[in-house]
Amino acid sequence: MKGRKICGGIARGKALVSTEGISFFGGVDPESGVVVEKNHPLEGRSICGSVLVFPKGKGSTVGSYTIYRLKKNGKAPAAIINSECETIIAVGAIISEIPCVDLIDISKIRTGDDILVNANTGDVLRSDEL
Amino acid sequence: MLEGAHGNAVRKSMEILVALGEIYGAKRLIPVKSVQISGVSYDNLGDAGLEFLAEMAKDGKVRVKTTLNPAGMDTENWRALGIDPAFARKQDLVLKAFEKMGVDLTCTCTPYFIGNRPGKDQHVAWGESSAVTFANSVLGAKTNKEGGPSTIASALTGRTPEYGLHLDENRQAHFIVKVSAVIDSQMLFGALGHAIGKRADGKIPLIRGIKSATEDQLKSLSASIVTYGGAPMFHVDGITTNQTAVPDQEFEITQKDIDDSIKYMNDGSEPDFIFIGCPHCSLDEIKTIAEILDGKSVRRELWIGVARPIKKAADELGYSGKIEASGAKFACDTCHVVAPLAGRFSCIATDSAKGIFYGRGKNKFRTVFRDMRSCLEMAVK
Repeated sequence: MKGRKICGGIARGKALVSTEGISFFGGVDPESGVVVEKNHPLEGRSICGSVLVFPKGKGSTVGSYTIYRLKKNGKAPAAIINSECETIIAVGAIISEIPCVDLIDISKIRTGDDILVNANTGDVLRSDEL
Repeated sequence: MLEGAHGNAVRKSMEILVALGEIYGAKRLIPVKSVQISGVSYDNLGDAGLEFLAEMAKDGKVRVKTTLNPAGMDTENWRALGIDPAFARKQDLVLKAFEKMGVDLTCTCTPYFIGNRPGKDQHVAWGESSAVTFANSVLGAKTNKEGGPSTIASALTGRTPEYGLHLDENRQAHFIVKVSAVIDSQMLFGALGHAIGKRADGKIPLIRGIKSATEDQLKSLSASIVTYGGAPMFHVDGITTNQTAVPDQEFEITQKDIDDSIKYMNDGSEPDFIFIGCPHCSLDEIKTIAEILDGKSVRRELWIGVARPIKKAADELGYSGKIEASGAKFACDTCHVVAPLAGRFSCIATDSAKGIFYGRGKNKFRTVFRDMRSCLEMAVK
């Protein structure tokens, strides 16, 4: 699949897919990397080291700083894939230097898929496509 | 700048602005006249935010006039407001990083009262939703509602991507609001903002039926309408400066709608904390407060939120003396929205509809919503 580069870089990891948007401020614990938003599909899961796949960001613009905090704590995702990136995630990915690609049909990715993200070119590849 | 010839902070800033421009289909970056940076309180930033600021401050310098949103404390008088020294140290580091970048360290949500006041059609890059709405609607300046990092990016480059409210076609009203209720105080303009905002779905209203409005009342409407769901822009027929095509869709705000909004904002009865100055008070408001408090004694915790230069002017004019003699406290540089107050009080009284929202959401206070005079009378009772 080919999408649009939001923040460059190359990363590989296991996909963690959310069908709902993610609010990083208040929704993800910046110390542990665990999703804490009540009734969220990923509640209780750690996003650390994953290729984190979700439709788009939501909530407070302070969320950009939460992403940065996750990175500094070693709890950030390896890469982020969105259907449609908005400012909170875009700015968070850029200041944290996390590869980020959007305009991807995320329904084609399953949690646990081995994913290679080349955000420089916008390419998102499953390991069975490599 | 994007290649890094102007240093790391400028390179990162350009990456942020170019990415935002691409996401929103901007054709180019445009120069901005001034910046208002949001994300200043350590309570919201945490250590990571502080680290980011320190990183940007290493080689980043502002290229345009840049002011700051309120911080988590009064930078001089924090002890009297009961702020933890550990918090104060961290907040101080945040401000030092901004100082290194060359930012004007006045911390206020009303930069337009202290010299950061863009003129009509001037492009700026502002955070702080109430100030953004005031700039767009009342001053006729042009800005999107920016987040913390993008305001810093604009300050360090002097640029912003040209999309959204920078373009005239996106500044037109989407619907008419016919106001049949009488709206004549800041509190009522706040209630009107709630009544419109919750129906607005992020769109721009053309408000009709308002006979007159002071700048302070429009400040209150600006803060409220965007807090409760409106776009960071509105038109008031016969009062605000921007032109708009007249939309077809129309709804009415009646006295009952205003009463419902007021009812919604009241779920407490015995405030142990009273806050006036959300957004920060003008000199006129300080004068009124001084007249009401003159010769009286405050019996509940009462804070007056204000930008430090306005407080200094009030000192000169003799207003501050009357206010402080009553036992009320000035909260310069800060407010109840961004100070670390959760757990310190249980019920807030304020004349600010925006203040009610954050009093509840961030601080878990019960709320009492009254006009300024009633709030002050509660404080001295």
